[in-house]
Amino acid sequence: MTILAFFLWSLAKVAVVTVVMLMGIAYTVLLERKLVGRIQNRWGPSRVGPFGLLQPLVDGAKSFLKEDLIPTAVYRPLYLLAPIISLGCALIAIAVIPFGAPGMGPHGFDLFEISNINVGLLVILGITSIGVYGIALAGWSSNNKYSLLGSLRSSAQLISYELALGLSLVGVVLRAGSLNLRTIVEQQSAYGFFSWNIFGGGQTLAFFIYLMAAFAETNRSPFDLPEAESELTGGYHTEYSSMKFAMFFMAEYGNMINVGCVATLLFLGGWTNPFGEMHLQSTLINVMMPLVWFVLKVLLFLCLYVWVRGTLPRFRYDQLMNFGWRYLLPLAILNIVATSLWLAWR
Amino acid sequence: MSFLQHDVPLSWYLLLSAVLFSLGVVGFLIKRNLITVFMSIELMLNAVNLSFVTFAYQWHEVRGQIFVFFVMMVAAAEAAVGLAIIIAVFRARSTLAVDRIDLMKL
Amino acid sequence: MHLILFFLFAGFCLAGAINLLLQTHPINSALSLIVVMTSLAVLYLLLGAEFLAIAQIIVYSGAVMVLFTFVVMLLNAGREERTLGSRAAARVGFPAVVVIFAVLATIVLHMQGIGSAHFGQGLSNAPGQSNLELLSQVLFHELLLPFEVTSVLILIAILGAVALAHVEGSKIPESGRTAEK
Repeated sequence: MTILAFFLWSLAKVAVVTVVMLMGIAYTVLLERKLVGRIQNRWGPSRVGPFGLLQPLVDGAKSFLKEDLIPTAVYRPLYLLAPIISLGCALIAIAVIPFGAPGMGPHGFDLFEISNINVGLLVILGITSIGVYGIALAGWSSNNKYSLLGSLRSSAQLISYELALGLSLVGVVLRAGSLNLRTIVEQQSAYGFFSWNIFGGGQTLAFFIYLMAAFAETNRSPFDLPEAESELTGGYHTEYSSMKFAMFFMAEYGNMINVGCVATLLFLGGWTNPFGEMHLQSTLINVMMPLVWFVLKVLLFLCLYVWVRGTLPRFRYDQLMNFGWRYLLPLAILNIVATSLWLAWR
Repeated sequence: MSFLQHDVPLSWYLLLSAVLFSLGVVGFLIKRNLITVFMSIELMLNAVNLSFVTFAYQWHEVRGQIFVFFVMMVAAAEAAVGLAIIIAVFRARSTLAVDRIDLMKL
Repeated sequence: MHLILFFLFAGFCLAGAINLLLQTHPINSALSLIVVMTSLAVLYLLLGAEFLAIAQIIVYSGAVMVLFTFVVMLLNAGREERTLGSRAAARVGFPAVVVIFAVLATIVLHMQGIGSAHFGQGLSNAPGQSNLELLSQVLFHELLLPFEVTSVLILIAILGAVALAHVEGSKIPESGRTAEK
């Protein structure tokens, strides 16, 4: 394959994935509003379009058309930069996530992954760690005490839970012996869901640590301290309005999708069929089924997110820090020790 | 499309590393804020890391990269301690200007 | 390809480093340093050190510089006043910088046997062997003791940071938390 063809293919993939990701973010918001509505015994959005399906478009138009207000006391360059960093990091992370079986395109070209990197997992962690700047700078440049408090809380929370998050993934990496996301998935593909890391792989504890750390990493309830309305008005995005606020909002949901994708890849067997290998006659179905499984698993994870948000109360700040440092971190280390002992003894 | 296959002489990487190191030294000399002075030191460390990686590439020797790995770990530890010192200094003097921090005792 | 990427990110590096010197507000300097470090990560990638590139982003851009911005925000350090440094810096420092740079540049430009970097080529020429395996084999076999000693060093650094930043009835409660990280 020539370099030019490679460029064009990659460009096409990037365009398609970005559009799908943005649509996914929009409809995740709708999914959350509908599900939380049902949990609270009401309908959720239902007026715009059938079942409220056009609600995201209308919401987007509203954010675009609102007046873009920049308070006078803010530090402008960073105030403008912060939402871009947040949303950018949320969107970039999808670039290394494989969402379908490998090599389905022409000339063995990877159709279902933008780029296959052999340190893919670390790339995701690295991009997540850059995302902290968006929140930290937003709070600081807003020149508002609530924003600053929210962003300090948020940065401290992200940094603390990043440790537990990273350590909970080490067990999976040890089992697969690779940081390549494709290798990690293929290692779980043997016997359907019995060989997934969460069941047969013995990484159940790691999955739950990851789950809790991921909730904290994405600032979602029950760990949504940074934007606790009752204490901090809006947290780090108090001073943001219209599209810039929408960018933070999209970043949050984009991160939710990313976290769901990583959980699917590392613990739920990625794009593999939960009922073992199935080879059908039609090529099209063979190509598309992995994609369908992947999307279903991510959707399941997102529903779990919404379910937790709809049912659990918020933590207190000191409880949050205690939980992260005193329980999650030691448990994650315990999991690493146990996994390595098991692998050595086997 | 010949420019797509063009190689880069490794000496350019080394030159870049030298320029970055010199800029770090200049920053160390002219900056008057304690935190920025500390940042200049980090810049120098990074410049040296670049030349380590370049030489590792040249001699196909993984130890050069391992050296960078150790430098990173030590730099992280150094940053934690250094920033704690800066906080302590700020508490005692309530300034970060290096010209005003000229007494050895509190 | 390699040439374009090299010029692009070397340019980012230089621009960031110069901006670090020109900016008066520490937070701007910190951000330009982040630009330098992230561009350096891309250069590492070009030199076939993918693990180091990501480690650079996670450790430097993601952890060390977050600490820096945290401290800048906490201390709310305003813009610095412009002085051209002490007299010793002007008399000895700047000539010394020029000399250092001249010596380094001459050595680099006259160095024999330095090849050129080819796009997509890593440390070993064997295909399929990742940089990660090479690194871990040396790190966990030959250099296991230094590696373990470094972990002790980091532990000591954490304790030192907590001890330095923590005071009884501290005025800045967040500082303890910063150091904790």
